[in-house]
Amino acid sequence: MDAFTTLTGIAAPLPLANVDTDKIIPARFLKTIKRTGLGVHLFDTLRYDAEGSERPEFVLNQEPYRRAEILIAHENFGCGSSREHAPWALLDFGIRCVIAPDFADIFHTNTFKNGILPIKLSREICDQLIEDAKLGENARLTVDLQEQVVVRPNGERIPFEIDPFRKHLLLNGLDDIGQTLQHAPSIDAYETAQKIEKSWMPGIAV
Amino acid sequence: MTETKPRTLFDKVWDAHVVERLPDGTCVLYIDRHLVHEVTSPQAFEGLRLAGRKVRRPDATIAVADHNIPTMGRAQGILEEDSRIQVETLERNVAEFGVPYFPILSPQQGIVHIIGPEQGISLPGTTIVCGDSHTSTHGAMGALAFGIGTSEVEHVLATQTLLQRPAKNMLVRVDGTLPPGVTAKDIVLAIIGRIGTAGGTGHVIEYAGEAIRALDMAGRMTVCNMSIEAGARAGMIAPDETTFAYVAGRPYAPKGEALDKALAWWKTLPSDEGAVYDSTIVLNAADIVPMVTWGTNPEAVVAINGTVPDPSLEADEGRRVQLARMVEYMGLNVGQKMTDLKIDVVFIGSCTNGRIEDIRAAADIARGRKVAPGVRAMVVPGSGIVRDLAEAEGIDKVLIEAGFEWREPGCSMCLGMNPDKLTPGQRCASTSNRNFEGRQGPGGRTHLVSPAMAAAAAVAGHLIDPREFA
Ligand code: SF4
Repeated sequence: MDAFTTLTGIAAPLPLANVDTDKIIPARFLKTIKRTGLGVHLFDTLRYDAEGSERPEFVLNQEPYRRAEILIAHENFGCGSSREHAPWALLDFGIRCVIAPDFADIFHTNTFKNGILPIKLSREICDQLIEDAKLGENARLTVDLQEQVVVRPNGERIPFEIDPFRKHLLLNGLDDIGQTLQHAPSIDAYETAQKIEKSWMPGIAV
Repeated sequence: MTETKPRTLFDKVWDAHVVERLPDGTCVLYIDRHLVHEVTSPQAFEGLRLAGRKVRRPDATIAVADHNIPTMGRAQGILEEDSRIQVETLERNVAEFGVPYFPILSPQQGIVHIIGPEQGISLPGTTIVCGDSHTSTHGAMGALAFGIGTSEVEHVLATQTLLQRPAKNMLVRVDGTLPPGVTAKDIVLAIIGRIGTAGGTGHVIEYAGEAIRALDMAGRMTVCNMSIEAGARAGMIAPDETTFAYVAGRPYAPKGEALDKALAWWKTLPSDEGAVYDSTIVLNAADIVPMVTWGTNPEAVVAINGTVPDPSLEADEGRRVQLARMVEYMGLNVGQKMTDLKIDVVFIGSCTNGRIEDIRAAADIARGRKVAPGVRAMVVPGSGIVRDLAEAEGIDKVLIEAGFEWREPGCSMCLGMNPDKLTPGQRCASTSNRNFEGRQGPGGRTHLVSPAMAAAAAVAGHLIDPREFA
């Protein structure tokens, strides 16, 4: 996983609530066995018409948002299916940060695991950032994870909250499994104790 | 000390699985049961392979293919190439890593959330995860069961744990008794209509109250299944005599002395008197009627005798736009009666309503009646065991005689990853759990309903209160 430190980039405004993961990447694109290559299908139904041609009115089909690295949306972003294909598709497109008033739980976890930073800011601030984003090329946002601030094009610094553990992993690009395996002795001890305490629990074999 | 203050069901199962509490409050949580399917696992196994890691507890893991397998003629193999590759990849991975697997043509195969409880793999008091959001279903057993992403699937395969922070507790109590003809599906749709699709975010919901206690295990699973549609990561119901009777005798459940030991612990799991919940919602069962969704998320729900709401009455502009978009996408008119909506397709199945009890409910309506002309009605049992049971009871015949298609088990038209899809503009009464735009096929229009209402719609040719066929 790539580390996330600071990012200055174009932000795409997507003022929609309840953007579900079926919308981010429809089920028909889940038949892959890879993590990459999904960017062209990001928001497929919003982005393309039935013939597969781009819908010019959709933000990611417009300049400069084809090069967006930040996405700003409304409430409950990423609800629905647990598919990690949703963050994979965002990442493959080039999005490294999503800003919204709140996120659905599983999606929120999945973004971190892929080096994408989800930032929760109030609806009011999201709407201000959406207005900034509409200015396009000359209105880049800066996200500084170490300092925990989003810097608006006018220089205003907006602080955000983040779980310290997740911040640490993201800043250093650390793999969760490696982290957990540092606790392997505790896991071993737990399993040994459970073998006695929950001796009733059968193993699965077919 | 946590041990001395009254605890909820969730607190108890959580506490019993904490391997280590890290200084910032994150916990290393032990996972008892890991269910694996073909769509969300290939990249996880690939990750293990690249890092040279093994599956830590194959004996706590079970794999099955369900999402993209065909529900007709499957003995001939899978014709769609990318679906076939995904299933073959799963079969290669389980062989390489030594993970137990129910093959496609075995009777144990089925939707992962149907077979877990059915086989006795999902047990009270356990932690259960799967790379699928509807893992919440297994919470009906009194387990802590939740969906995870593929990176977490890899994490569990490698370590048998997850890094988690405790959720908040929400109590949803349904008091009193349900009126006749009102089902578990109507309860959960009514709950989501009340708290909204984000109402449970950050919480584990415990369902309690007389009406929940009165449900059989199938009904409890239907309710817990849709917890994720209310934004909650998990739903739980305290284990009781209904649960214990269900578990006893299942193939992978403890037996004899082991079962007695298990029961002794399971009986301590219900929430303590005075346990504190972060929020509480109370519904009165007597007020619940058969429900149907009209829009494109599960909170856009009305009573079957209701009408399409008027978006212009909504105060918030963002919501107004969203509701108007739903009316347009669903091809509706404001004020239109739900019962006036003609149906093209009926889908009975999924992990929400693909159990034998659901199929019996549909057959009760279908018996001696005919599917309306022009309606395509399909019934997809949730597992091979459900299929075999239905066939032994002869209810497949009842359905076939009425004009329903009787198919092989799998997810099918719940998400249309296999050939079972809606075509653009088709209107479907579906017993599944998601009515998002395009969920059942691009341009398809989904109305979420109970099995009884789905069967009634098939017969009437339009949405209808199933109590009219009682
Ligand atoms: S039946 Fe539908 S909701 Fe359930 S696991 Fe399959 S695709 Fe997911």
